[in-house]
Amino acid sequence: MSKSVIEVAEATKTFMISAGFMRGKMPLHAVNGVSIDVQQGEVLGIVGESGCGKTTLARMMLGLLDPTSGAIKVNGQPVDNVDRLEVARQLQPIFQDPYSSLNPRKSIGDIVTLPLKVQGDPDPDTWKRRAEEMMEMVGLPSRVYNNFPSQLSGGQRQRVAIARALINRPEIVICDEPTSALDVSVQSQILNLLQDLRKEFGLTYIIISHNLAVVEHMATRVAVMYLGRVVEQADTETLFKSPKHPYTEALLGSVLTPVPGLGVPDTHLGAAYPNPIDPPSGCTFHPRCAKVMDCCSKQFPPTIPNKHGFVECHLYSQDAKPPKVAAKRGRAAAKKAVNGSGAAQKKSRKTRARASRRK
Amino acid sequence: MTDATIGRASVPTAQEILEPSPGAMLRRRIFGHAGIVIGGFVLLVIFLMALLAGVISPGDPYDQVLDRKLIPPVWFDSPKATWEHPFGTDALGRDYLTRLFYGARISLLIGFSAMLISGIIGTTLGVLAGYFGGRVDMVVNFILTTRLSLPVILVALAVVSLVGSSLTVVIWVLGLLIWDRFAVVMRSATQQVRNLEFVAAAQALGCSKTRIIMTEIMPNIVNHLTVVATLEMAHAILLEAALSFLGLGVQPPEPSWGLMVSEAKGLMFFDAWLITIPGAAIFALVLSINLLGDGIRDVTAPENRN
Amino acid sequence: MVERILEVERLSVDIQVPAGTLRAVQGINFHVDRGETLCIVGESGCGKSITALSLMNLLPSSATRTADKLELDGREIQNFDERQMADLRGDRLAMIFQEPMTSLNPAYTIGNQLEEAMLRHRNVSRSEARDRAVFLLEKVGITGARGRLKQYPHQLSGGLRQRVMIAMSLMCGPDLIIADEPTTALDVTIQAQILHLLADLQREFNMSLILITHDLGIVARVADRVAVMYAGEFVETGTADQVFNRPSHPYTQGLLNCIPIPGKTKRGAHLGAIPGIVPSLIGEMHGCHFASRCQFVQDDCLKGKIAFREATKGGHQYRCILSSAESARNLKKANAA
Repeated sequence: MSKSVIEVAEATKTFMISAGFMRGKMPLHAVNGVSIDVQQGEVLGIVGESGCGKTTLARMMLGLLDPTSGAIKVNGQPVDNVDRLEVARQLQPIFQDPYSSLNPRKSIGDIVTLPLKVQGDPDPDTWKRRAEEMMEMVGLPSRVYNNFPSQLSGGQRQRVAIARALINRPEIVICDEPTSALDVSVQSQILNLLQDLRKEFGLTYIIISHNLAVVEHMATRVAVMYLGRVVEQADTETLFKSPKHPYTEALLGSVLTPVPGLGVPDTHLGAAYPNPIDPPSGCTFHPRCAKVMDCCSKQFPPTIPNKHGFVECHLYSQDAKPPKVAAKRGRAAAKKAVNGSGAAQKKSRKTRARASRRK
Repeated sequence: MTDATIGRASVPTAQEILEPSPGAMLRRRIFGHAGIVIGGFVLLVIFLMALLAGVISPGDPYDQVLDRKLIPPVWFDSPKATWEHPFGTDALGRDYLTRLFYGARISLLIGFSAMLISGIIGTTLGVLAGYFGGRVDMVVNFILTTRLSLPVILVALAVVSLVGSSLTVVIWVLGLLIWDRFAVVMRSATQQVRNLEFVAAAQALGCSKTRIIMTEIMPNIVNHLTVVATLEMAHAILLEAALSFLGLGVQPPEPSWGLMVSEAKGLMFFDAWLITIPGAAIFALVLSINLLGDGIRDVTAPENRN
Repeated sequence: MVERILEVERLSVDIQVPAGTLRAVQGINFHVDRGETLCIVGESGCGKSITALSLMNLLPSSATRTADKLELDGREIQNFDERQMADLRGDRLAMIFQEPMTSLNPAYTIGNQLEEAMLRHRNVSRSEARDRAVFLLEKVGITGARGRLKQYPHQLSGGLRQRVMIAMSLMCGPDLIIADEPTTALDVTIQAQILHLLADLQREFNMSLILITHDLGIVARVADRVAVMYAGEFVETGTADQVFNRPSHPYTQGLLNCIPIPGKTKRGAHLGAIPGIVPSLIGEMHGCHFASRCQFVQDDCLKGKIAFREATKGGHQYRCILSSAESARNLKKANAA
């Protein structure tokens, strides 16, 4: 039985941002009630467009941002209450841009040994040797030990970032767009390396990416985010073979595989990504949805569990029991809205019943 | 699978170091920059003048010989001109070259000390505001606005007239007044660096705030700091000259360049060299410091990389 | 009868850098026919963006361009002065850049910028230009076009800005559009929309398009013909079908092996890799530019300039010493692995 290494329960993060000149501040719900359990040894992919909150979620898991509400636990301990060093030992990030994730004024050796230094590792004599071992494992020649980041190529820098993340042997690595700043040929090297290291150290990965091909290749389970919510979650196989949520479908439809002759798909996602300060009512995806129904703009969609995960969409609400699901969801940020929509839901079912009777 | 093969499985052997080390590149750029070389040279000469004033001066800066007053410099076509006083003597018969050498000491001392004091205040406030943002930023901005609404010369006048004037008072007054540019520049530089991912990486490693500020942020903004420091040093030197000229800075008989200009102003139309020589010295010093500062900005600016 | 819009022969660009002469583009040949899409694909630093800028004569001052032939619509444009080039740009030739935020002027409304693009080249009244702007904004799928004219670039999202850029490039009905990574800064869903739109408009107005990108997926879906660029040279050219179904140069084969393809690559398996890094383009180079990273490298690869050879009939060429039978064998082996 695998255990949960990260438990995110109804986490929300609200930023107050200025809405414009003299208009004061408006709340932006970057992450709006997300619950995710990450099992030991799995690779959880989080996909979504920019602004969907995936990076904010990652930063909350790392303890770099405090959630506005909800809880995040790493190995059973709340991430914001435990000593930062304790969290750092278990959880490490790899960032997107290897050009800004390494301090340009520090040598590679200093960068890779920093985690040991920060943790107050007891044998300073072994730091250099251990750093060089780690560098060799990520495929860096030990002669770059005294070089500076500006002297390395993008791929090499990303390897340095990986070495820094792994030298204290964490259990979980959060990769935020680990390859999107890299060239295609370098990207495959880094993905291969991440796979190798995962097997070697038994790591758990959370891979955040907008590149669905990368997520499909690496992940064992995928969560699709839209405007701060996880709208669908399933194991990779199922999600890519039979996506349930219309948004997931559209996302998968936009992936351009290098197959000539197929042309560019039409995703039918008419409207642009909505303004997150002023999200659409009901299901936030409804203005762009190809399968939009009357209820979509009025009520928040229920979370419908299935055997692979869950989907949050009205399309599937008939077979589930809506009131129960709505109560279970218990979104802290929009509790009132949920109650309100519960009533609306009853009403809409009544009208539906009436309509069918008329037939 | 052994540790070593993992690396080799996914990586190629032929990888090369792309560029020389940052230090080597910086050195190459410094010596290729005309402003730094010229400014640095002039500044070095003035610094040596100040340092060795006691050794190389032909006379004593305070020694008045009234029957040898107002001797013109040697390049003047005058019977009085003598190599004993290459730059001539002032209205009280003091050797002008000697006073110039000792004056360099005062200018550099004031410039450097005032810059140091203002640098410490401004950098601390700026880095704290930039790193923590929010409330801290608001407080710092308030202090900064307050400071910017105080006219430097007027405040200096008021303080000097209250506590009397001396070298120390001038240094402290200037140091406590001109930190605004340090704060502004350090604040925005810190904000930029703070949002880079290596700071987030350090936070995720569990680094303390002090460590992040000192080892991750400071090394990356120190180039901005040097540029502002040189500019503020030049600024302080000019302010000192202005205060001394107004009679509120360094007091006679100290040989300050500003004071020398002030003392010569009565004779401006008869013995113009009395005012030209210290004026030119102030000009050369300020220009060389500014050249050096601009040069440092050029060679460390990110757009100049590669 | 095909109409040749652009014909380029032996185009080279040298850039003076502190360390010497960077030979960014080294004698490339290509042509674009009316209504055709040519994709130039390559990794960062291969010279593809410099090629685009050199066509527009927008190179930095440290760069020099040489070519045997640079004909737009049958007119040699190499010796055009700045004024003649400016007349051409935005009129016969238009360019779409990667970053839509920086290529629109934040100080003017988009209506103003769209109209200006036309008033500069055509003898039309402002109201005619405005009508054209509204027409094109609607064409690129912007709703409420007339109202949008009064908006400033910062009020639009990235996808909308890129649509405005496309509309702007179409104002004078150009013969050729050069799009340099037009969708790299955008999300995948928006990317698909923009590419779809570009393809539709191209068909409708019978324009030619040079699309520069690093994304093989885009190339496969959009291109009529493909040029794979590596270290300042074209290493393989052909139709999209030829290049993707039967890649012949080891670099093209390697690139296609590097990317995970949903449904094709085995999940979690090792992806192909191209070892090593791109060689420095500073100074003279001998032999095959890819030799330092090629797994099939032989002594002959390092001698002289490697010539193009025919892979299949119909203009599919690649620059390698391996015969087409050998390269086909290598491809089969790589696909089996």
